[in-house]
Amino acid sequence: MATAEEQQDPRIARISSAIRVIPDFPKPGIMFQDITTLLLDTKAFKDTIDLFVERYRDKNISVVAGVEARGFIFGPPIALAIGAKFVPMRKPNKLPGKVISEEYSLEYGTDIMEMHVGAVEAGERALVIDDLIATGGTLCAAVKLLERVGVHVVECACVIELLGLKGRERLGDRPLFVLVNST
Amino acid sequence: MSAYRDEDPRIHGIKTRIRVVPNFPKPGIMFQDITTLLLDPKAFKDTIDLFVERYKGKNISVVAGIEARGFIFGPPIALAIGAKFVPLRKPRKLPGEVISEEYILEYGRDCLEMHVGAVKPGERALVVDDLIATGGTLCAAMNLLERAGAEVVECACVIELPDLKGRERLNGKPLYVLIESH
Repeated sequence: MATAEEQQDPRIARISSAIRVIPDFPKPGIMFQDITTLLLDTKAFKDTIDLFVERYRDKNISVVAGVEARGFIFGPPIALAIGAKFVPMRKPNKLPGKVISEEYSLEYGTDIMEMHVGAVEAGERALVIDDLIATGGTLCAAVKLLERVGVHVVECACVIELLGLKGRERLGDRPLFVLVNST
Repeated sequence: MSAYRDEDPRIHGIKTRIRVVPNFPKPGIMFQDITTLLLDPKAFKDTIDLFVERYKGKNISVVAGIEARGFIFGPPIALAIGAKFVPLRKPRKLPGEVISEEYILEYGRDCLEMHVGAVKPGERALVVDDLIATGGTLCAAMNLLERAGAEVVECACVIELPDLKGRERLNGKPLYVLIESH
């Protein structure tokens, strides 16, 4: 189990305070973790990317998969810095080519995540990136899509983990790295 | 004024990595798929470098990216030139107070939103998307930034579809693209 907070990297405090919490979005009772304010703080945004890059740069990772849409903000800068390709994981009917799909559970109902056929090859080593892990359903679907084609998911990486929603458990023994915890 | 860099030796590699998917999302459309570009680390890096070389040192403090493919190209540019990144989103995605700009589609309308307070009056901004077609989305994006008091310095896209005349819809605002596709 790894969080950068445990190591108390001095950059974490500014990253954490740059995240805005919005009550009752998208519905009453939810405290929404808004990373858009982090993106307005150029130092904090750069530090966020640097913390991931420092962790992954010499780990022979050839794929960074980012979950639509906020994973598209953090994934590409990491991919570029470590020399990996970036693979977008998208909602249905967005990717134009042939796709493989993975269904996953929501609080009410299900959703589907897709990846282009041929984006990754068996044996590649991958990261999965999203801004936040809550129940872990989305991340788990992304991991499964990659594992189905023979990719080894080295780690899942998020800026924020919402403790208490058991997302980490849903990933099983797959490693998860986050920068900030929130209750 | 238009500019595209087809003399730069990196352009060829970028152009050949873009995959054209026929009849997506509907018959007759030749869809320009940039996901294959993202699979080539050198070509993706070259794409970003071409924009960064153009905009570094131009006092740009805001890079606005249009959901969702603008989120792929905008942040690396923003990070490299020291600007903040502002996501422009479809309705009801942004959690805080927003301003909205409606725009016309082929059939019907859509809406683009930006957080209140993301941009301050007088800031110099870029708008980034993967592609310009009719220019409707880019135009809405520019309007949002200008309504917040920012100056849109340029719109930047990887690909332009010139036959759809999007450039004209930008009201004289400069547009910079890497590749034209007819």
